[in-house]
Amino acid sequence: MKPRLTSRLAAMMLVAAVPLSLTACAKGGSSSTSGNEESGGGGTLTLWTHSAGNKNELASIKTIVDDFNASQTKYKVEVQAFPQESYNQSVAAAAAAKKLPCILDIDGPNVPNWAWAGYLAPLEGMDDVLSKYLPSTVGKYKDKYYSYGYFDVALNMTSRKSVLKKYGIRVPTVDEPWTGDEFMAGLKKIKDSGDFVNPLDLATGSTGEWWPYAYSPLLQSFGGDLINRNDYKSAEGVLNGDKALAWAAWFRGLATDKLMPLKSGADPGKDFLNGKTAILYNGSWGAADGRKKFGDDIVFLPPPDFGNGPKIGGASWQWGMSTNCGDNTAGAMEYMKFASTDKYVAMFATSAVAIPSTDAAAATVKGYETGGENDIFRQLSKEFAVVRPVTPGYPFIATEFTKTAQDILNGADPQKALDQAVKNIDDNQEANGFFE
Amino acid sequence: MTTSTFKPAVPAQPAAPPARAKRAGRRPGTVAFLMLVPAGVLILTFLLVPIVLTFGLAFTNARLISPQPARFIGFDNFVRLFDSDTFYASLRNTLVFAIVIVPVQSAIALGLAMLINVKMRGVNFFRTIYFLPVVTSIVVVSILWLFLYQPNGLINALLANVGIQGPDWLGNPNTALFAIIVLSIWQAVGFHMVIWLSGLQTIPGELYEAASIDGANPWQQFAYVTWPGLRQTAIFILITITISAFALFSQVNIMTQGGPLDATTTLVFQAVRTGFQQQQTGYAAAISLVFFVLVLVVSLIQRYLTREKDAR
Repeated sequence: MKPRLTSRLAAMMLVAAVPLSLTACAKGGSSSTSGNEESGGGGTLTLWTHSAGNKNELASIKTIVDDFNASQTKYKVEVQAFPQESYNQSVAAAAAAKKLPCILDIDGPNVPNWAWAGYLAPLEGMDDVLSKYLPSTVGKYKDKYYSYGYFDVALNMTSRKSVLKKYGIRVPTVDEPWTGDEFMAGLKKIKDSGDFVNPLDLATGSTGEWWPYAYSPLLQSFGGDLINRNDYKSAEGVLNGDKALAWAAWFRGLATDKLMPLKSGADPGKDFLNGKTAILYNGSWGAADGRKKFGDDIVFLPPPDFGNGPKIGGASWQWGMSTNCGDNTAGAMEYMKFASTDKYVAMFATSAVAIPSTDAAAATVKGYETGGENDIFRQLSKEFAVVRPVTPGYPFIATEFTKTAQDILNGADPQKALDQAVKNIDDNQEANGFFE
Repeated sequence: MTTSTFKPAVPAQPAAPPARAKRAGRRPGTVAFLMLVPAGVLILTFLLVPIVLTFGLAFTNARLISPQPARFIGFDNFVRLFDSDTFYASLRNTLVFAIVIVPVQSAIALGLAMLINVKMRGVNFFRTIYFLPVVTSIVVVSILWLFLYQPNGLINALLANVGIQGPDWLGNPNTALFAIIVLSIWQAVGFHMVIWLSGLQTIPGELYEAASIDGANPWQQFAYVTWPGLRQTAIFILITITISAFALFSQVNIMTQGGPLDATTTLVFQAVRTGFQQQQTGYAAAISLVFFVLVLVVSLIQRYLTREKDAR
């Protein structure tokens, strides 16, 4: 009968298609294309960046690339820009398909992970150049340099002199920051006055890497940490010990005492500029807007010292070379050396309004010279920056910490939540053979 | 809630008379089969092959990024999975979501379909309006509703007008899942409305005339004419809504990232999070395998409960 014949034929064809499709899959997977997307030996290097949508940074990258292309005829670099949100996943997907670009930028804390995974090639012959960079702006793994960045940014407590004066709160300095008690007393004064909707805003509405970047330094200020940095084997005791519990209680307490919004608004920066927030935890990237609105009244302060000194995050986006450059490895190294000069550091840092990685560049960037208006950020970074744990297990630690911190903020039992996080992190480090 | 990724065949129609088929010979069979091949190959490569690979991966410790090859570790992934609180939360949320969505969304869709199943001017305007959310990207819809649900967002502002203090919809563990259910229904109801509509339009109008002559009121007409006539459509809708309800992911990923306190985490979300962000592909494969078994079991149960009780 007709239907049965059709279905039999269809079934036979599908069965025949199995080996065909499997060979197609296998072939696609095993062929590894080098970073040259176009003609084979042409010397074209692809460069990936996360800066799509970021006009200034993208323009700086294009300038450096154009200069490099003009300076020699053997290699040509081509820029491909991606949106930041999906960038890491795009790179992971490209790595799985063995189609990594030749040159790419990496978020600082991910460098050990990508180096261990074999995505990144070490930067040979650049040791003396990179030793002059701020330590938080280079990616070092197992004593080899894998990446360098043009700038770093500094977290700080942004407020206004007039506001602090009104409530009798001392203006802290890098040498004499607030103590934890001083800070909390000040916040209570502001809350009792009722003048501000948010005495403090920690920007808890943001998602992604912001949580480990911004909130693990607060944990570190209490004396806890994400993992034991002696051997990077376990987080036991540092992430779930007394100091970590103290941080958890303080963090949740800020929300329950209504000193900060549990989930901040869509744009905490604007809330601060509109007078809704008294003290905003923000990065130096917000400085320009703040100065425009408040002029000299605005003040950038170190975070409080909760016992272990004030701490802020460190390491921003950095540039590295993949292991997929094939014949163009020499060209890629040339580009990395070309792009690392102070001239470009200064240019990039200026466009990103961020701290230049080298002292020499800082001297030429307006505002970052000693005594300049942005010097405070340089000092904050130098004195207080702590890089996120230098271990290939960092992406896992970051997601675990984010979830745990969110749960703690929402009222989960801190000991239970932190114990679970420690267990997961330890299991992951162990499951990977401690990333030897 | 997205629509299912494959387009199932239309509900079975009575077979063509055999005599005519024999005369037309092989040609319709060949044509039908050739039309089947592209879809068949695609289903094979993008559905069946990955599923088989997932079954394999679930028993290894494969990682997304790793210089070491994957090792076979037996049931370790599953032991870890069944030991994890988050898994049970995901399972609970997925089931709650499906149990609420299936009847509620089908009912609302049916109601809307009956509303637009009239011949009057302007009915196409309403059909378009009700269908618009379906063709809007779920990502865009989630972001929009994220703004609506903010503590000082539009919804709470409207509630304040009638004197109700709205909660923090997405920040409160008790209301977060409910909030996502509401927006999912809003987004997907148009699709099932259209399917109900096609079912409604196959019911012959004479049956309604006969019923009203017999003195049936609208409710009786619905119960004795409409509902039995919609049986095939209802089965189809039941199965597709259930399957797409189980696959809840995008809204959670954008709006709540599984929080607060695991109130909105779902199986698919957990699989993506552990597989991509935490780079544990083997563990994510185990979650996917459990998910597959769950959906299969539920679909089989549904199919059994709705089978044709009169023998063919």
